[in-house]
Amino acid sequence: MMYGRGLRGLALATAFTITVAFALVFFYAPLDANQGFIQKIFYIHVPLAITALCGFVFGGVLGAIHLRTGDRKWDIRSYVAIHMALIFGVGTLFTGTIWAKASWGHWWVWSDPTLTSFLIVMLLFATYQPLRFSIEDPERQSRYASVFAIVCGAFVPLNFLAVRLAQAYVHPRVLTLTGGNLPGSMRLTLLVSMVGIALLYVTLWKYEMAAKSTRMQVRALRRLLLGEDSVAPPKRSAAPS
Amino acid sequence: MSLFAVAPALPLHAAGKYVAGAYIVFLAIVLIYVAIMATRLARTERELTELRRDVEERRRQEAEGSDPSDPSARSGRSDREREPVA
Amino acid sequence: MREGSREEQTPGTWRTAGAVLRKDLLLELRGLDTLPAMVLFAIVTFVIFHFGLNQATIAGQEAAGVLTVTLLFAAMLGINRLFVAEREQGGFDAFLLAPVDRSALLIAKATALFLFLVVLEVVAVPAFGLLLLGPSLGPRLPGLIAVLALGDVAFAVIGTLVSAIAVQTRARDLIGPIIGLPLLLPALIAVARGAGPLLAAQGSGSPPGKWVAILALYDVVFALLSYAVFDFLLED
Repeated sequence: MMYGRGLRGLALATAFTITVAFALVFFYAPLDANQGFIQKIFYIHVPLAITALCGFVFGGVLGAIHLRTGDRKWDIRSYVAIHMALIFGVGTLFTGTIWAKASWGHWWVWSDPTLTSFLIVMLLFATYQPLRFSIEDPERQSRYASVFAIVCGAFVPLNFLAVRLAQAYVHPRVLTLTGGNLPGSMRLTLLVSMVGIALLYVTLWKYEMAAKSTRMQVRALRRLLLGEDSVAPPKRSAAPS
Repeated sequence: MSLFAVAPALPLHAAGKYVAGAYIVFLAIVLIYVAIMATRLARTERELTELRRDVEERRRQEAEGSDPSDPSARSGRSDREREPVA
Repeated sequence: MREGSREEQTPGTWRTAGAVLRKDLLLELRGLDTLPAMVLFAIVTFVIFHFGLNQATIAGQEAAGVLTVTLLFAAMLGINRLFVAEREQGGFDAFLLAPVDRSALLIAKATALFLFLVVLEVVAVPAFGLLLLGPSLGPRLPGLIAVLALGDVAFAVIGTLVSAIAVQTRARDLIGPIIGLPLLLPALIAVARGAGPLLAAQGSGSPPGKWVAILALYDVVFALLSYAVFDFLLED
């Protein structure tokens, strides 16, 4: 499958949307009454968070398709989806701690349910690569990784529910703005930023798939043209090949 | 209802640094990823070049026919390495 | 595994699960290598907590936390050993060759782990009441049993799934806990928060419904999920 097709248009759309989003953040969205300028981090932190979580669930869905069809390409798609979601998750954690430091003076606060749930999810998905790496047989690796992706993808919403409930009555003021109180201009800015970050995720996913697919085709071509022994056997790795 | 802060939580010059930090972290992550992809792209390009060279080498050996393992047949390789690839 | 009447061609799922379960329980009774270790570990951990927290008695949420965490880590010991016999003595291959429903293995192992946890708690909870808990255990026992039972189902289901994944990897004993512990966090939260009000000095006898509901939901979701994916772990 050609992953490069449409990639340029997608990348341009992403760049455009994110630029517009940042412009809205700094020139259009009003200052928050409570947190002032600090609140602007919200417009990058929340879209990163939501995209990462959706990415993990997306990875789970792709893993399910892999198990159902047995076609290895779905495992590669699942791997890349989870990989990207992990990167976006790291971004979420970084922006979240900066927000916590600016708002509360501490680099980490347990009172924010988003951050806490995120930490748990990241701790879980951080085991994805070690798990893959510790299974040498490639077919089994793909299969077990897909099982992991499905179970952990289902885990994400449950985890958020549990953590949110656990912290509901402990701290009255939390970092996240409740969705219902958001004025229109802020909501629009958030929406545009959401779309931009989501587009970024899709673009990077496609980009990574194109790179992987190209490398695989080069290897396959080498095998085809020069015979089986001209290709070095792949080293043990966590990535599907 | 005025949404403009009467007294922002942090004075602007202090708050600005944190906000800038957050957005810079985001930018850094994206750019680091681009750099990693650039390295991968370079590697793929190199693999393709090698592949092309090896295929041409193999074709040349088959065209010459007689002795594919003749060491003198390999002398042409250095010429091919300098061949520009479009 | 062909027991029962001659009319049956292949044993049903429950019969197979029962057979595997009986085998595991017999093995444990004869060998006694997992359960005593789990119990001892739990009791030693209570002593460690006494010194670590430097308190004579604890109550309320603190007590619930200590109890739940100890049980969780003791469960990890059991989880690491769950499929070891199958792996080392070819039990997986034998199971795959037999004309049985593969989910029976999941049911059997999860039930075995659940039973191990119940036996663990029969010893560990009174020990906890004796060593660390401030308020008396008796009146709180029914509510506590309900919460712990639901928690055990969660530990058993996730534990079996994670153990089946881990047993095929190279870093067997490590992969199990690092995947299992984050996955079990919502269950841990629910058990600890559910037991917290129970163990408080003026605690009522019934656990907060919210947490019981979450535990039940968690159990159902992951039991169904495990059932759906387990087959794929057993394929050769």
